Amino acid sequence: MSEPNGAIAAQTVPETGGENRPGVLRRIMSGSVGRNLGLVIALVVLVIVGTVTAGDRFASYDNFLTIIRFASIIGVISIGLTFVIIAGGIDLSVGSVMGLATVVASLTAVQAAATQSSWLLMVLIPVGVGIAAGLINGIVIAYGNVVAFMATLAMLVGARGLAELISGRRTQIVIETGFLQFTRSSIIGVPLLIWVFLIVAILAWFLLNRTTFGRRTVAIGGNREASRLAGIRVKRHLVYVYVLSGLTAGIAGIMMLGRTTAGTSTHGGLYELDAIAAVVVGGTLLIGGRGTIVGTVLGVLIFSTLTNVFTQNNLDTSVQSITKGLIIVVAVLLQQRFASRGPSGT
Amino acid sequence: MIDDDHSEPLLRVHGITKAFAGVQALKGVDLEVRPAEVHCLLGQNGAGKSTLIKVLSGVYQPDGGVIRWQGDEVSIIHPVFALGLGIATMYQELDVVDGLTIAENIFLGHERSSGGLLKVKEANRAARALLVRLGHGNLSPSTEVGRLSAANKQIVSMARALSHDTKLIIMDEPSAVLDSEEVRNLFRVIRELTAQGVAVVYISHRLEEIRQIGDRITVIKDGSSMAVGLSVADTSTADLITLMTGRTVANVFPDRVPVPAEAPVLIEVAGLGLRGIFADVSLSVRGGEIVGLAGLVGSGRSEILETIYGARKASAGHVTVAGVRLAAGSVNDAVKAGIGLAPEERKSQGLILDEQVYRNVTLSTFARFARGGFLDERRERQVALEQMQALELRPADPDRATRTLSGGNQQKVLLARWLLHGTKVLLLDEPTRGVDVGARAEIYALIRRLAAAGTAIILVSSEIEEVIGLADRVLVIGDGEVLTTTDAHAIDEAGVLDLVMKGAAA
Repeated sequence: MSEPNGAIAAQTVPETGGENRPGVLRRIMSGSVGRNLGLVIALVVLVIVGTVTAGDRFASYDNFLTIIRFASIIGVISIGLTFVIIAGGIDLSVGSVMGLATVVASLTAVQAAATQSSWLLMVLIPVGVGIAAGLINGIVIAYGNVVAFMATLAMLVGARGLAELISGRRTQIVIETGFLQFTRSSIIGVPLLIWVFLIVAILAWFLLNRTTFGRRTVAIGGNREASRLAGIRVKRHLVYVYVLSGLTAGIAGIMMLGRTTAGTSTHGGLYELDAIAAVVVGGTLLIGGRGTIVGTVLGVLIFSTLTNVFTQNNLDTSVQSITKGLIIVVAVLLQQRFASRGPSGT
Repeated sequence: MIDDDHSEPLLRVHGITKAFAGVQALKGVDLEVRPAEVHCLLGQNGAGKSTLIKVLSGVYQPDGGVIRWQGDEVSIIHPVFALGLGIATMYQELDVVDGLTIAENIFLGHERSSGGLLKVKEANRAARALLVRLGHGNLSPSTEVGRLSAANKQIVSMARALSHDTKLIIMDEPSAVLDSEEVRNLFRVIRELTAQGVAVVYISHRLEEIRQIGDRITVIKDGSSMAVGLSVADTSTADLITLMTGRTVANVFPDRVPVPAEAPVLIEVAGLGLRGIFADVSLSVRGGEIVGLAGLVGSGRSEILETIYGARKASAGHVTVAGVRLAAGSVNDAVKAGIGLAPEERKSQGLILDEQVYRNVTLSTFARFARGGFLDERRERQVALEQMQALELRPADPDRATRTLSGGNQQKVLLARWLLHGTKVLLLDEPTRGVDVGARAEIYALIRRLAAAGTAIILVSSEIEEVIGLADRVLVIGDGEVLTTTDAHAIDEAGVLDLVMKGAAA
């Protein structure tokens, strides 16, 4: 027995290299949980406040599902936006692109075609609309050298206008039964919206932390010129990043159509601000180069839990807005104090 | 120059200590500056020079020690207080605002105004007087600073320092961004200042500059002063290096290895041009050969490197690497063909400072550690670490933030990046800028070692000594043209300088 063991030991020792391995504690603290410890604590505090003030109305399984379902649409948008912001850009058009996606997918002609062929058409069309908008954003920003703020502001206004034009400013009701059945389905008691949020978050986490795509995104946001001179195709990658943000806006469009059973040009109004707030509160630096998916998810959950606590206590929404504002400022202040410590997150 | 050794010192600093979060940056520093002298402050990166400057300019408060200014004990509690005393500081990173005019920059923070309204004419007049005093009456006070060269921005920064009634100017590595011609001009200005009775504390890594401009030297090592007020004339360079590094440096430049006759030509540049910048540059470099480009800043040296690399799109000519002709203006093409660039501005163009060291090492190669887009980070980190160890990068900690490394080790990160890539042709732009004396010899040895291993190297440096000391062949560039190509054995510093100056005059 001792001989094979010895052989294994001899093989593994040089590979793991002893002292160069980070310690267990350091590993945990530099992992997603440790880096977002402040956010976890904030969320726990909110849950405690909710439980104390609203009791069982707040602390129930159903209410927790409500909170997450409430967070899911803005959550999916925020996850796409996280990539854009890490890459050093910004996408103000996410809300209005989502609105446009709901309008296009719920057009009478589209619904009729979906009934004829398959309800999947109403899933693919919002995705296509999102990708197209992201592609335009990306090309204008990367190859046209237009500042991202202005390019996506133009898309915000333009997409909203287009949505109004093709819907005639009317609310289009979804009647396609296959689509409605799909979006309202539940899997093991958990609504589809939550599943979509969860799956998008997991995929995004892998994409950011485990793939060359994620590495390029962080590198470009950290130092665009150094990335270019290292041989990374910066412009092409930036297009992909904006396409990703458009894609998540499209997916959010599907979710919105399912939840409200209607497509309208007013869907997603001011969502860009909520999404930016969630991403920044989640620890992503607005100047790029650093950010986490876990942080963004926690940021979204903090805001939706806050809303829920206020609603359960029948408090004024104005007070809620003031609290949101305070949270954003405090989070950014804390970020500035601690962000410069240690290497970047992923 | 100071003749009277017994003149009352302007500034006397004794036993200054300062700690940051448990790290003792200054362990007891002494310094004594006399009126109208150029006092050089010498020390390696991390020796505590910057901390000392910040204590003297009121940015940091010392934990202990005494500062006497014109005989009186003072505590410099705030930068404004330092200016009030007559101590002005020019920081290494030029602190001018590009969007404002020269006059607006000079009087930034103490604008000439009455009742909140700016007195533009008076400010311009006063600014002009200061510029004339600095020998730069040709600069117009109403010019926007963003349009000035780095050297002229420095003049603006100096004029600002003088706009307070200044008795002592601290200059933190003012020559780092200047070429040899501009440095000469800077020295002229410094001599004028001292002739007017202003004392200068001059910080530089370049020992030869200290020889030229300095009166006395204080050497700092590991937060303590090793020698205070040595006379420049009586101290040998070897002694200074020993004081700074604690060891003797025999020969900075390694011996040349003759390039084997059968070594293949790895890169061929034919008739390369960039409209308005340079024209018709042709050169070829064999494996194992180091070719140096010498010339003034603005002669087109760096632009030539960047165009070869594809970071700028050539308007004429082409580059061939190992038989493969590169598309103009494609960095990606150049990297794939096996060219690597260690850029001039290491921090802004080369490194992602907040990222871990290993990720900077693998910035050009991380895709190799991926299967189907998924990275094998453990292997990536391991390979990067091996490369770091091979280059003796210190500390050999792949997870450290790159920002925390010294200049020399940051340069090694870039070299490691290209070694890992398997680069055949290395373009080095100012490889020892911001690298201290001790680490320079190491970088030189490393560059030689890379050449000996068969890499073709093109080197650009403002320090002619460096070009001659390292290169096998020297191309003198002037005004966007190759003036001369010469064997590095056959020329000395004066010879290159002569060619450079002729080129500039032509």
